[in-house]
Amino acid sequence: MPKSTRPEGIAVKPGSSKEYKTGSWRVKKPVFKHEKCNDCRICVMVCPDGVIFGEDKKYWADMEFCKGCGICAEECPVKDIEMELEVR
Amino acid sequence: MKKVLEGSRAVAEAVKVCRPNVISAYPITPQTHIVENLSQMVADGDLKSEFINVESEFAAASVILGASVTGARTYSTTTSQGLLLMLEVLFNIAGLRLPVSITCANRSVSAPINIWNDHQDAMTIRDSGWIQLYAEDCQEAADMQIQAYKIGENPEISLPVMVNMDGFILTHAFEPVELIDPQMADKFLPTYKPNRYLTTKDPMTFGILAEPAYYMETRYRLVQAVDAAKSVIEEVANEFNQMFGRYSGGLVDKYRLEGAKTALVGMGSVVGTMREVVDELRDKGQNVGLLKVRAFRPFPKEAIFDALKDVDTIIVFEKALSLGWGGILLNEIKTVFYGKRKLPRLCGFLVGLGGRDIPNQSIIDAVKKAESETVEDQFVDLRTELIGIGE
Amino acid sequence: MEKEESTMDKKVATKKKEPIVESQVAPGHRACAGCGELLAARLVMDAAGKNVIATCATGCLEVVSSAYPQSAWKMPWIHSLFENPAAVASGIEAALRALGREKEAFVIAQGGDGSTADIGIGCLSGMLERGHNILYVCYDNEAYMNTGVQRSGLTPFEASTSTAPSGEISWGKTTDKKPMPEIVAAHGIPYVATASVGYYADLQKKVKKALSIQGPKYIQIHCPCPLGWIHDPALTIKVAQIAVQTGLIPIFEMENGKITSVRKIIKKRPVEDYLKLQGRFRHLLKKTGGEDEIKRIQTIADHNIEKYHLM
Repeated sequence: MPKSTRPEGIAVKPGSSKEYKTGSWRVKKPVFKHEKCNDCRICVMVCPDGVIFGEDKKYWADMEFCKGCGICAEECPVKDIEMELEVR
Repeated sequence: MKKVLEGSRAVAEAVKVCRPNVISAYPITPQTHIVENLSQMVADGDLKSEFINVESEFAAASVILGASVTGARTYSTTTSQGLLLMLEVLFNIAGLRLPVSITCANRSVSAPINIWNDHQDAMTIRDSGWIQLYAEDCQEAADMQIQAYKIGENPEISLPVMVNMDGFILTHAFEPVELIDPQMADKFLPTYKPNRYLTTKDPMTFGILAEPAYYMETRYRLVQAVDAAKSVIEEVANEFNQMFGRYSGGLVDKYRLEGAKTALVGMGSVVGTMREVVDELRDKGQNVGLLKVRAFRPFPKEAIFDALKDVDTIIVFEKALSLGWGGILLNEIKTVFYGKRKLPRLCGFLVGLGGRDIPNQSIIDAVKKAESETVEDQFVDLRTELIGIGE
Repeated sequence: MEKEESTMDKKVATKKKEPIVESQVAPGHRACAGCGELLAARLVMDAAGKNVIATCATGCLEVVSSAYPQSAWKMPWIHSLFENPAAVASGIEAALRALGREKEAFVIAQGGDGSTADIGIGCLSGMLERGHNILYVCYDNEAYMNTGVQRSGLTPFEASTSTAPSGEISWGKTTDKKPMPEIVAAHGIPYVATASVGYYADLQKKVKKALSIQGPKYIQIHCPCPLGWIHDPALTIKVAQIAVQTGLIPIFEMENGKITSVRKIIKKRPVEDYLKLQGRFRHLLKKTGGEDEIKRIQTIADHNIEKYHLM
């Protein structure tokens, strides 16, 4: 007789996707130069994975998850972010 | 309090005392009186339920799915084409382990279109994980409704339950019914308190994608839960009996099977006719008894074997076919005796398809036929003069 | 990028100097790099706040974010079937009312263009007609992306998809987008809006506005799909913005059946600027006779500009 027949595998804990590190997908990575940044935070808004953080003209992408799509670099109005080929 | 009520009304009254929070249904003959009764109760303030009129049965099932996963007790009712339309959602509900309850006013399935009774519709979900009960009369239809919630909402079970009642034959029949007292109903059936549901207090993600590495285990757990329902169905029937003074549920019902050498087997309202046939045959000195299958899913193998193990001949009368194979109930009963020492003679008849009337004499004639021949999947009262049309 | 629009978005963006909190849609989901739909979902949920119960249709959004045992969703969320997020949301909303929990959360139903405009249009229509207090968000990436870029009712005229591809004797889809915002608005609901993931501040404003209104609301968000539309993932925002600037994707709000706001086009772009960025329109630029087809698409854009007074 089973110990319990309660529902399993139906629901999962919120935000548990963070266990899966999508950073391994990257080919290019964003480099935040911290030279011309004006705190507009457009990069923060446009990241599809929501992994750009920071304050006071110093922003960074969480490399565990950044997929290297390049939207942040493309959209930065002062071109303070550059995409570089990542060497691993 | 006993009242003479239309079967649909009896079911609506039973649903009322179960206090569902959300009801959603789409009308379809012959279930319409159930929904209309419930709407009137809500409109008069007798039933405090959110009654959601939807655009299709698919939506009705989806609405009760959403309501149930939010923590509400829910109810819907359908039949035939409507049941088939919501099939996708019914499998979804079973897989999500939500204890919703649906009354199916059994009706045949198109084409050709026919609005009268048989069991073909409910058979389409026999593989889904839904618990399925069959009512013989209006009293049972009402009693099974309140038990359905108690069975389904048991945290070890957490499965949806379908109460089947024959369309028109029971839904539109006026019978004396003992109404369930609301206060006693509250004692028997407390408020639904699920372990997990949609709430900002404890957010969970439901309806996940299960990849091959995970899927089989969810199915295995479902198998275990449906099997465990067998004992819960019996327990709940006993509790109901203790509280309301009648045993109106459980897995099977035996009638005059003591010492019987021939057993008739049936489900639903035809059992009422079969009881009279058994009495008539017994009066004539025949050693005949009757087994009523009340719970079709989970299929009560052990209970059926227990009731029929000393019988020589079993004659199944049923109202659904698996085309390309044969009578569904007949073939499932056959498996009960697989591997057992004694193999009784098994015969099967199809009766009342599309609502055709089943006179007592037809059953008697069929029983007589089965005495000398082992017949299977024989259509009772087939109008041979009509065959040849369209050939 | 248009100077005018970037200043406006910058202004809105720079207002926030609070510390950046993690999104309501957590990272680690398996969306493609540069996915427009996930960006839209993230923006919607972050605008909506913590008190949300969400449903979601089968599709990219659901598959990438809810594979057992992981979930990107931080709010209570359910995926049932492809065509029923609107009906499931109706049930959730009814249950919250029945259980006295209406104040607990906003109910948001989400679906792609396939779920919203095609297979689920019946359930959506019923939800709108019944007047539930639900915000329905349609993520329009213009095809059934998750199953392999098959055409949907919202695939634009002459886009190439896997079930309506361009070929020797075909230019792609033969009909234009089903007018979903108008179909929804015809139900008489209080708020309908179109938005674009390219104008993210505007999108979030619309979500907040919708949630402040009682009754059924609908927001359709145009989301580029780098994989399905065949463009550089870094250009997701640009592609979305240019689509709006051609007039092909009008951005407007409708309240109680009347258009109450429209995003004006400052500098109109020819449709070719939009088409040339995407592989799904490549055939229009390469095949003989393509110029005539591009003219027809330009007519659609011009018609929109006139109809919605975009200029």
